Amino acid sequence: MEVCNCIEPQWPADELLMKYQYISDFFIAIAYFSIPLELIYFVKKSAVFPYRWVLVQFGAFIVLCGATHLINLWTFTTHSRTVALVMTTAKVLTAVVSCATALMLVHIIPDLLSVKTREMFLKNKAAELDREMGLIRTQEETGRHVRMLTHEIRSTLDRHTILKTTLVELGRTLALEECALWMPTRTGLELQLSYTLRHQHPVEYTVPIQLPVINQVFGTSRAVKISPNSPVARLRPVSGKYMLGEVVAVRVPLLHLSNFQINDWPELTTKRYALMVLMLPSDSARQWHVHELELVEVVADQVAVALSHAAILEESMRARDLLMEQNVALDLARREAETAIRARNDFLAVMNHEMRTPMHAIIALSSLLQETELTPEQRLMVETILKSSNLLATLMNDVLDLSRLEDGSLQLELGTFNLHTLFREVLNLIKPIAVVKKLPITLNLAPDLPEFVVGDEKRLTQIILNIVGNAVKFSKQGSIYVTALVTKSGTRSPDFFVVPTGSHFYLRVKVKDSGAGINPQDIPKLFTKFAQTQSLATRSSGGSGLGLAISKRFVNLMEGNIWIESDGLGKGCMAIFDVKLGISEQSNESKQSGIPKVPATPQHANFTGLKVLVMDENGVSRMVTKGLLVHLGCEVTTVSSSEECLRVVSHEHKVVFMDICLPGVENYQISLRIHEKFTKQRHQRPLLVALTGNTDKSTKDKCMSFGLDGVLLKPVSLDNMRDVLSDLLEHRVLYEAM
Amino acid sequence: MEKRQFRDYTISLYHQGFLDDQFTELKKLQDECSPDFVAEVVSLFFEDCEKLISNMARALDQTGNVDYKLVGSSVHQLKGSSSSVGAKRVKGLCVTLKECCDSQNYEGCVRCLQQVDIEYKSLKGKLQDLFNLEQQIVQAGGRIPQVDI
Repeated sequence: MEVCNCIEPQWPADELLMKYQYISDFFIAIAYFSIPLELIYFVKKSAVFPYRWVLVQFGAFIVLCGATHLINLWTFTTHSRTVALVMTTAKVLTAVVSCATALMLVHIIPDLLSVKTREMFLKNKAAELDREMGLIRTQEETGRHVRMLTHEIRSTLDRHTILKTTLVELGRTLALEECALWMPTRTGLELQLSYTLRHQHPVEYTVPIQLPVINQVFGTSRAVKISPNSPVARLRPVSGKYMLGEVVAVRVPLLHLSNFQINDWPELTTKRYALMVLMLPSDSARQWHVHELELVEVVADQVAVALSHAAILEESMRARDLLMEQNVALDLARREAETAIRARNDFLAVMNHEMRTPMHAIIALSSLLQETELTPEQRLMVETILKSSNLLATLMNDVLDLSRLEDGSLQLELGTFNLHTLFREVLNLIKPIAVVKKLPITLNLAPDLPEFVVGDEKRLTQIILNIVGNAVKFSKQGSIYVTALVTKSGTRSPDFFVVPTGSHFYLRVKVKDSGAGINPQDIPKLFTKFAQTQSLATRSSGGSGLGLAISKRFVNLMEGNIWIESDGLGKGCMAIFDVKLGISEQSNESKQSGIPKVPATPQHANFTGLKVLVMDENGVSRMVTKGLLVHLGCEVTTVSSSEECLRVVSHEHKVVFMDICLPGVENYQISLRIHEKFTKQRHQRPLLVALTGNTDKSTKDKCMSFGLDGVLLKPVSLDNMRDVLSDLLEHRVLYEAM
Repeated sequence: MEKRQFRDYTISLYHQGFLDDQFTELKKLQDECSPDFVAEVVSLFFEDCEKLISNMARALDQTGNVDYKLVGSSVHQLKGSSSSVGAKRVKGLCVTLKECCDSQNYEGCVRCLQQVDIEYKSLKGKLQDLFNLEQQIVQAGGRIPQVDI
């Protein structure tokens, strides 16, 4: 037996011990070998394992340990050197690997531990997120509910629907048992139960508004938990077995239109609130959650807004209906007014025509009748007829004019005319009456008064005629002064400033009479229609009282002013008016040149085509006059009697030469008749020139008083006639050819 | 030669008082448009004269019942016509006749009327001569001379 170097206790006595060691080693080996198998199996099964190579290392270590213990099995009995060698190798390897593994584990184990902590951390995080998500979901649901509710509420503008919908939706969203709305009564002292969700409520169930619980709720904009036993929450008969659910109340502000300031948000200065009470189902352990309370508050606000919108809309609808009604009424009124005006205009037009036609007939025939042979009584009668019908015609014209003036449909007919001539003509018309009454009329025209002006000649004539006529009418003695001038500065009324503009000027006419005068208190009434302030004595002088009113209207149309000054009764009075007239450019310049006009040489050009009418009973002189005028280039028509003259004369004739050879007034009548004929027309009257053999002043005066524009001494020389014609046509008046 | 004659004759008529300035004026009115103007007027005048004179004569013949108004108006007309034509002498006689008529002087009227009759006939003859002279001149191809009085 060789001494073996293996260290093995040779204890033959301990066979039992050895047996046990043998068995343990065996099992250890098996375990050691099975561990890596298990590891491999489970790692294969698991998805992730980061340290594979550690496993390999560990596996190796285990396998070697197992191998070592397995080899140990042979060393219990005598064994050969090979076995020992293998054993040693195995042990050495095992040692190496175990050391390596141990070293490795130093690195690995902290890692593994940290993995664990991370896992913990992540789990916590996941739990937190879960919680939060739950919260968000709840909130979102709340929001959705509110939106839905709001949508429902705002989809209608009817107050009741709004409130009912609110309750219904709230009830549904929050799964409420009961939901009630208390509205303040008209007096504001009580809250009346207006709407409930489920239970029928007795009508007129009110609670006083001053309850502490109510004040508490109204004091804050938040939802307040109140006791289920408070009067507002006690809506149904209480039975013992019910455990009442929690109750929340919130105020609903009732906004008025006046709460909305222009640039501000509505201020809740109103004290009117409604109360909304919400009850959770009884016998449930539910509590009011914060988010539910928030939902309730939001809803309450929305309801307030919706209600106020509904109220505003109601208001505006009402206003609109009212306006529409008024509109319709106004339209109707306007149409009626138009119809009335049209009817009146038609009536006026008809009346105008229908009344004037017989009027004309009467006047014309009376005039003609006057011409015939009449006894004095007949003549008087005819004259009266004529006078009355003239008066009537004037009255008609006045009335028609006035009504046209009233509704503003009268327009001025502007034209160029000679202002100086106008004054003289008016005076000529008035002169006969004035002469009869022995009232001298003096005309004073200012030197700077333009001669040719633009304006409404006819109406201006009417005005002056009216004023001067009044002066004559109401004066019993004294004299009448007519002054015409250009006025520059302001007049009586301070708000009427007279500024002569470039092509316009203001004509002022003053008519002073020394007649009966006017009481200063009566002056304002003068210009009103139909008002006559005089006593009965003067009333007999006729007139409709329209004259001044019409004159005033005309003056106003001419952008002027008219007034009367009087120092009192018996002291006469002065009528003054200003009117605006245009200055005509033509022919005023020639007046302003101070050079005496050089009589032009053959002025045939001036008279070519000039239409004249020659009236002469004597055939020879008629022929001579005609020859004279024809030589000058005129177009001459001859007539041999005044009737024929009246018949033939027309607005085309610019001059009428009439032979006044016989003494007596009859011949001059033709002049008046021509005047008359042409006042009614719009056209300009032809110039009237008398041819007479008389040179005396009385003839001249007579001619002037009968409205003739000139007197010529027969026989007329050619040069004379030429001069006369040009003078006449330029100045429209001629008294110097004597 | 005729022109000279014409001129002399015209001047003599004026000097003798048969015609006055009015006749000159009438002459002025005669132009190309109315070449016979004077002749027309003058013949009309003479016709008028005849008519009026015969009217007056008839009226005056009603001795005892003379319509002086008619005479008056006729003489007035005649006066007008004669003054239009420039028959100076006739016009003067008319004035006298008018006065007689106004004063209803029968003798005076008759006498005046006779004178008027003589006068107008004499004037008529003279004017006729004048026109003949004018015609001669015109036919000879000359122009009627302007006579300045």
